[in-house]
Amino acid sequence: MKKRPMTLAEKILSTKLKRAYVEPGELVEVSVDLTLANDITGPLAIKIFESTKIEKVFDPEKIVLVMDHFTPNKDIKSAEQVRICREFAKKYQILHYYEGGACGIEHALLPELGLVGPGDIVIGADSHTCTYGALGAFATGVGSTDLAAAWITGKIWFKVPETIKFVYYGKLKPWVTGKDLILYTIGDIGVDGALYKAMEFTGEVIKRLPMADRFTMANMAIEAGGKVGLIEPDKITLAYIKNRFKRKPLTLKADKKAQYVEIREYDVSKIDLLVALPHLPSNVKLVKDLSEKIYIDQVVIGSCTNGRLEDLAIAAKILKNRKVNSNVRCIIIPATPNIYYQALKKGYIRIFIEAGAIVSPPTCGPCLGGHMGILAKGEKAVATTNRNFVGRMGHPESEVYLSGAAVAAASAILGYIGTPEELDIKWED
Amino acid sequence: MEKIKGKVWKFGDNIDTDIIIPARYLNTTDPEELAKHCMEDIDPEFSKKVNKGDIIVAGKNFGCGSSREHAPIAIKACGIACVIAESFARIFYRNAFNTGLLILECPEAVKEIEIGDELEIYPEEGKIINLTKNKIFFTKPLPPFMKEILEDGGLIPHIMKKFKTQINL
Ligand code: SF4
Repeated sequence: MKKRPMTLAEKILSTKLKRAYVEPGELVEVSVDLTLANDITGPLAIKIFESTKIEKVFDPEKIVLVMDHFTPNKDIKSAEQVRICREFAKKYQILHYYEGGACGIEHALLPELGLVGPGDIVIGADSHTCTYGALGAFATGVGSTDLAAAWITGKIWFKVPETIKFVYYGKLKPWVTGKDLILYTIGDIGVDGALYKAMEFTGEVIKRLPMADRFTMANMAIEAGGKVGLIEPDKITLAYIKNRFKRKPLTLKADKKAQYVEIREYDVSKIDLLVALPHLPSNVKLVKDLSEKIYIDQVVIGSCTNGRLEDLAIAAKILKNRKVNSNVRCIIIPATPNIYYQALKKGYIRIFIEAGAIVSPPTCGPCLGGHMGILAKGEKAVATTNRNFVGRMGHPESEVYLSGAAVAAASAILGYIGTPEELDIKWED
Repeated sequence: MEKIKGKVWKFGDNIDTDIIIPARYLNTTDPEELAKHCMEDIDPEFSKKVNKGDIIVAGKNFGCGSSREHAPIAIKACGIACVIAESFARIFYRNAFNTGLLILECPEAVKEIEIGDELEIYPEEGKIINLTKNKIFFTKPLPPFMKEILEDGGLIPHIMKKFKTQINL
């Protein structure tokens, strides 16, 4: 059989298709291992599904519905959307329906529950479905129609993407996390730098990087236009999925001679704490290079990008025995009920409340300007979320600055955008 | 597919889905309701000014951001017949096809078209005529598979056709 060295994305698709190889540009149809929708995209997918009059889904165990965006329901309209999903889940005996106390932000929740794993093909009616690429899953966002179609056929068509390889080497500076690495990368290639392409993150830094940081990086692949953001499964991946993921993981690797459209190498020892200025995630600057003080009104630590226990640990380290600036609302949102519980057990929640922060139940909330912290005209926020588009967190004349948890927490205390170093907090403490 | 004739509304690069339809209005799936808020954050009067059959012309990466299909739905429901851009974000591209919003990638045309120009578009041929400036442009031909979806009237009718033959509904 003819062979061809393949990138990780090509490897996953060809293995799933039981073919010797696939080539970029080819259109392929693959079976999906999991499909996802939320309280915004779910009702639309249900409407489309029901319009076909086909009263059968391809597999009720492979459909996940997470009610995370406007929940706990912020108004009557949102409650109605959730009701549509709940009734659909009952009617079709959807195993994985999450609402109320069982609900967390989808892209933190699915990996945590072990619903996704290496080698999976996952489509979600949510653009940040690419998060699962951190586990080596070919996971990507689609619209509600694509999703409804997959609920019927169990399949999805893709154009095999070209791959850009990103190699990270060197030693990470204190406080620098996966968020800074991905912001740096997007700043380098731009918001359409990986349009229609797969991003493969690799190199010695990635091999040592904890899962939380890997999720953050894969999560933001879409912010560079990427179709998927992939990391080869390794020991760290396998340790994470142990006791969670019930199926057999398909741990594939890219071939040494695989053909990449581009290879970019980054010396991470040159990367310091970053912030993406309004209104594009690629508008990246070193925090220490900000020419003037940017005073803020709000800080949000949460979302599918940085609402994990590791992010809360960084926030707790900085907020411990300190006070949130009186001009700032600091909203902390554990991404899932389990993260909330762990943060409680570790004493983080107490630290947050003593510091004067607000702790919200798991929800997307302010990340998309839904609820739980909307900005007024002219207000500025530092957020650990992934998008700083016009009007993303509220009024069209408000501003969102993206950062990791360290800059967000430090800024909450300082009242302007700054770093933990300005507060004399050492990473080692 | 019928010929399209309309006036141009022009936008820049990276028009994201939060601009096309802000998330605060996503607690409904009603096209008319969504249409009212289309492009609201950069042009509050947009949906009122648009006439049926008008055309959006934009720069690079149109539709970047979220996967919300509410975006092409809102554009279509407010009367826009076609979006021409230098490039489209991936998910928006799929969603537009799936929901039957005509989109054309044509960087050359975008550069030469100005707000208010009148265009005539022949979708089958990928031909764009700028009547105001008297210029003609051609887009890249669609892959046959995508053409099939469009000819069937969108993704759902397309898979229904296939699905019915498979299971003999
Ligand atoms: S946290 Fe934000 S980016 Fe993530 S799924 Fe929710 S709305 Fe989308």
